[in-house]
Amino acid sequence: MSFLQFLQQNWPELLTHLREHLQLVLISTGVAVLIGIPTGILLTRKKSLRGPVLGVANVMQTIPSLALFGFLIPLPFIGGIGARTAIVALVLYSLLPIIRNTVTGILGVDPNVREAAVAMGMNGRQVLWQVELPLAMSVIVTGVRVAMVIAIGVATIAAAVGANGLGVYIFRGLRQYDNNLLLAGAVPAALMALTADFGLGLLESHFSLGRRRKAGATSSRKTIAVVAAAIVAAGLVIGIYGWRSSRSQASRAPSARVVVGSKDFTESALLGEIVAQMLEARGVAVERKFELGGNLPHDALLAGRIDLYPEYTGTAYTAILKHPPITDPRTVYSQVKNEYAEKFNLAVSEPLGFDNTFAILVRGADARRLKLKTISDAVPQARNWRAGFGQDFMSRADGYPGFVKAYGLKFAEQPREMDLSLTYIALASGQVDLIAGNSTEGRIAALDLFQLEDDRHYFPPYEAVYLVRRESLARLPTLDEVLAKLAHAISTEEMRQLNYEVDANKGGQAEVVREWIKKKGFEQ
Amino acid sequence: MSAPTNSPLVEFREVSFSHTGASAAVISHLTFSVQQGETLVLLGESGCGKTTTLKLINCLLLPTSGQVMVENRSTTEWDPIRLRRRTGYVIQEGGLFPHFTVERNVGLVPALERWDDTRIKKRVNELLSLVGLEPNEFADRYPGELSGGQRQRVGVARALAAEPPLLLLDEPFGALDPLTRASLQRQFAELTRRLNKTAVFVTHDVREALLLGSRIGLMHEGHLLLLETPENFLKSKNERALAYIETLALGPTSLAPAEGGA
Repeated sequence: MSFLQFLQQNWPELLTHLREHLQLVLISTGVAVLIGIPTGILLTRKKSLRGPVLGVANVMQTIPSLALFGFLIPLPFIGGIGARTAIVALVLYSLLPIIRNTVTGILGVDPNVREAAVAMGMNGRQVLWQVELPLAMSVIVTGVRVAMVIAIGVATIAAAVGANGLGVYIFRGLRQYDNNLLLAGAVPAALMALTADFGLGLLESHFSLGRRRKAGATSSRKTIAVVAAAIVAAGLVIGIYGWRSSRSQASRAPSARVVVGSKDFTESALLGEIVAQMLEARGVAVERKFELGGNLPHDALLAGRIDLYPEYTGTAYTAILKHPPITDPRTVYSQVKNEYAEKFNLAVSEPLGFDNTFAILVRGADARRLKLKTISDAVPQARNWRAGFGQDFMSRADGYPGFVKAYGLKFAEQPREMDLSLTYIALASGQVDLIAGNSTEGRIAALDLFQLEDDRHYFPPYEAVYLVRRESLARLPTLDEVLAKLAHAISTEEMRQLNYEVDANKGGQAEVVREWIKKKGFEQ
Repeated sequence: MSAPTNSPLVEFREVSFSHTGASAAVISHLTFSVQQGETLVLLGESGCGKTTTLKLINCLLLPTSGQVMVENRSTTEWDPIRLRRRTGYVIQEGGLFPHFTVERNVGLVPALERWDDTRIKKRVNELLSLVGLEPNEFADRYPGELSGGQRQRVGVARALAAEPPLLLLDEPFGALDPLTRASLQRQFAELTRRLNKTAVFVTHDVREALLLGSRIGLMHEGHLLLLETPENFLKSKNERALAYIETLALGPTSLAPAEGGA
């Protein structure tokens, strides 16, 4: 499918994401202007505050954006997942250039001109509004311009905290290794940044003095005022509209609404979508907070920002409960169930029927040529091999360090750490020779990859379950009913097929899930 | 040289000023008065305290000790805004607002005083004509589009706009070429005589002082050495006055370079 065809088929969705993105950027830049310019003015009046405030704003900007989103999740009022958190983070990023340029602009006003203004009998407010701000305006607009371009870029990452926008395409594109999706996110974001840069550049040159020397500037000043007012008004209208609609959604049916979360990979999103559609089929309003990175879903569940999300028993057992990995599925499940109830007051559903454990994968051709069946078979070969692992595998207790120790593995070089979804392609194209994938990955068969048997039983079980807030179950019997239907209902082969349809056949997630529900007869 | 009337418009009583934290006084024990209708010229080199003296009159600075009286009222008792709007102020290069047209610059104080637009417009045209700038040609220009002499004329027009009883001028013609300066000096002398304006004029140029002043105050290191009419100034035996007078003998034009404002 060419990019243009892709755009033709998906333009309504693209427009939605574009609008969401624009909304994030305009609201956050607007708020940053409302906070930043007065702060900047204050700093020109209070010299002692200048260093500390600019220092703090500076530090804000050095925090990597994904980390900043992470810090904000657990905070009350400003945190959580969704657009609000993203806007807070974007405002924090936008403040520095706006404050700094306001200070620089005002302090840069010729002191003779300022003194003349005072000597003419202007009061402080008149000096500010009639002399200092107009003369500093082009420098201030430069600050806003920088802030807005930064915000457009950073807002793509906001998709990781469920704020939507164009970043949804970029994350999905990375996961599905789909250039059309990547382009659908990146190209509009880049165009938006260029447009903002150009537009604000025009505004900036209108305010600069060089331009002012040309005659007939009074009419152009009116144009500027109209343009500026239009930008502010557009931001406000979109902001209020967005706020209203989110409010009305929230107030329409507060008790019957379920917020379904998921992690940021296809399978998790599919499992989220399955519950969501089954609930919707039973008349329950659902809000989707999919594609949350790392342990964000766990934090969001604890904070009550989502009602449930799909998880794996092994992950809960080692990554959340911090137990050393063990291999018996029954023990792991019952211990997770008990400890989640005790520690977090969270319920664990029945296992869904499949195990998504780490699958040590090599190329099918290599396996056949070298007659490899188990991981132990591969140990002698490994010293000539390069390995590629996802960030998750490298860092967890049941991941890389224990794995190489259990099998006495040595690789030709330090394993490459990369995005999990890219490792399959890296393996298939010969850039690495061994990866740790997921056993339910749809592309295993399609890419002719071979799963080596875990003959030393190193990897703990990863049975899929839903983690649910107990209040949500009590509030909504329908939820309980849906989860009961899904118990032991999805086999490993089915899951692999579902994943394959989305990742390799590029099927729409919602569409694939709808078909599957129909096939299973789960509509009612 | 108009005749002084009974009550002085400005009066300095034992005024000293030093910057906060600095021990050295910028001016010390200054006592003099400015009569209605006269042009008092403060003459001295850079750093002698003449600009500070000017700023004490329109409340840009307040005295460390002593009193500055304007219209028989101490500057500490004046509302600074009111006092400044009754005082025209001209500085080097005019201190014009680069983002205002000539018309808005000149009409600034009347606008602050909330005159109505037609009255402002009329007054601006009147003043531009008065300082020799054709209103139709110059009203819509920005300061960046004017020559140095034209900017200075606009500065004077702006200072006169709200008909203030008092004009303060801080080396207004300092940055101009000699010919333009001479022409503006002549016009200014004529203007103050015709309008019977009271003015305090700061300069380092003794020719300018002799040409424009009803009286000349010679300042040095924060002190007022001498306060005399031009005739008596020329007869003075004070050595600093003599040093200034000697420069006059050296040539037909002033040797004092056009230096930056104090």
